Amino acid sequence: MERGGIPLIEFNRGFGRFRHLVFKNRWLYLMLLPGMLYFLLLKYVPMWGILIAFKNFQPFLGFNDSEWVGLAHFERLFHDPGFVRLLRNTFVLAIYNILFFFPLPILLALLLHEVRKIAFKRWVQTVIYLPHFMSWVVVVGIVYVLFTTEDGVVNSVLLDLFGYKIEFLTSSEWFRTMITSEVIWKESGWGTIIFLAALAGVDPQLYEAARMDGASRLRLVWHISLPAMRSVIVILLILQLGKFMDNGFEQVFLMLNATNSDVGEVFDTYVYRVGITTGQFSYSTAVNLFKSVIGLVLVVVSNRLAKRFGEQGIY
Amino acid sequence: MPSGAKKNRFNWYDAIVYSLLLLFTLLTLVPFLFVVGGSFASTKELLEKGVVLFPTQFSLDGYKYIFSTSTFITSLLVTVWITVSGTAVNLVMTILTAYPLSKSELKGQKICMMLIVFSMIFSGGMIPTYLVVKAFGMLDSYWSLIIPGAISGFNLIVIRNFFQQLPEGLEESAKIDGYNDLQILFRIVLPLSMPVIATFALFYAVGHWNTYFNAILYITDSAKWPIQVLLRQIVILSMGGIGDSNAFDVNFVPPAQTVKLAAIVVATVPILLIYPFLQRHFTQGMMLGAMKG
Repeated sequence: MERGGIPLIEFNRGFGRFRHLVFKNRWLYLMLLPGMLYFLLLKYVPMWGILIAFKNFQPFLGFNDSEWVGLAHFERLFHDPGFVRLLRNTFVLAIYNILFFFPLPILLALLLHEVRKIAFKRWVQTVIYLPHFMSWVVVVGIVYVLFTTEDGVVNSVLLDLFGYKIEFLTSSEWFRTMITSEVIWKESGWGTIIFLAALAGVDPQLYEAARMDGASRLRLVWHISLPAMRSVIVILLILQLGKFMDNGFEQVFLMLNATNSDVGEVFDTYVYRVGITTGQFSYSTAVNLFKSVIGLVLVVVSNRLAKRFGEQGIY
Repeated sequence: MPSGAKKNRFNWYDAIVYSLLLLFTLLTLVPFLFVVGGSFASTKELLEKGVVLFPTQFSLDGYKYIFSTSTFITSLLVTVWITVSGTAVNLVMTILTAYPLSKSELKGQKICMMLIVFSMIFSGGMIPTYLVVKAFGMLDSYWSLIIPGAISGFNLIVIRNFFQQLPEGLEESAKIDGYNDLQILFRIVLPLSMPVIATFALFYAVGHWNTYFNAILYITDSAKWPIQVLLRQIVILSMGGIGDSNAFDVNFVPPAQTVKLAAIVVATVPILLIYPFLQRHFTQGMMLGAMKG
């Protein structure tokens, strides 16, 4: 007797071996089950749910019965006069982030690597890691308390010294500066960890040899420390580009108010506003999908560029 | 290093390195010290000077007030509950999943890893995830703050990499002694992994303590708000007093600034207390993960 071209005996034997393998590792598979269910139900089902971007999702009709509308939601987005503003705000914040925040952990790690006094180094590290553990609500809260125009310290000092106040929190001019400074304050210390790890892997003999040849300390940094971090810098830059469109949702959301929304509204906050608060599920999913696709394209392009320059890339 | 003769000469290079680091450290520390200092200042001093770094008259009015409101205490308890139970769920789920995936000879392991990695790069986004959480009936329940983030792909991969580095002989000999995989995990692998587990317990716990966005997305009942959501109401939206004050004299509400500062401190301090104990571990843990990619 044959079945699908495979002799049944062999099929049975193959199946038996498979069953044996599963039975032998039954505990491992049992352990794996809840985790994989989690990924399927809470990560992959939502990915399938992206299809509502091409439907007119009606909660009472449900996912299957809502009608298909093709690219209508995307057309609406691209014709929206606010679209260019959204794109600009998202990009400008992301570029600020790469220009002003990204280099700082590298610089800090280089400085820390030069410190010979272990106690000082450890103290600095303890302090600069600390803000990473605070929530964005706390960070923005501190900023609000210190920078308000009514009784914030910063404005009291400005008033005493120069006789005027600055509307840090309620003006469009200061929004981007505040956002970027907050990211720098919260995360640049934490960001040093990965670079310090790369620096710790450098063979001390390299420094010794270069010193013998008469290299100055600045030259050691330039020719040994920086190249040692090169591949980590490239990988982090790719990852950063992958998150280019993300802008740190919580932070922007918390800093956003009626007076600065012309520069502050980004894709993420827009998706929340039109999706959750006005209930336009399909349209905001389309907006989110557009955003994710741009992000994905940026990762692929930057990864390819990294490989062209002889780096490893992330995949 | 400079030779012996140069030793006592002023070294510009070191001076610049140390002062830059000192400057950055102070810039990190000072804003928080302003908040802590101000929260202990008396009402009068705070009104006069705005914010105080070192209060001359010590006062606990801000703290007394927030702990006299049931709203604040409730949301603090909610947060403690979510942090404890959420972290427990995180650890059990992550460890149970990471351990089988560390066995590269296990059939199907590769596919599972690919699924996990892909879910880290691409996601369904806010609305589809919201609809799934809603479909499971988790809206307005604390499960919505625990289940959707039950496993972090990044943490899972770091823990898996750690398991892979453990010597195989240990598990082999346990198997000969008749242990099954579950017993091996709990009696042999986990005791060896405590520093790493502690590190990720901290990361997960911090995430739950700071949970904010999921809470405004999934929890509409203000009686169930975790502390960060309440903190936003008090500090950023300046809602002034916090609902009902019972133990306190009704006429006595300290100025908004004092309340805000005390609330920020209470919402931050629990994390700051655990962190120094684990600092050494997580530096190592992060490096381990970082190097493996």
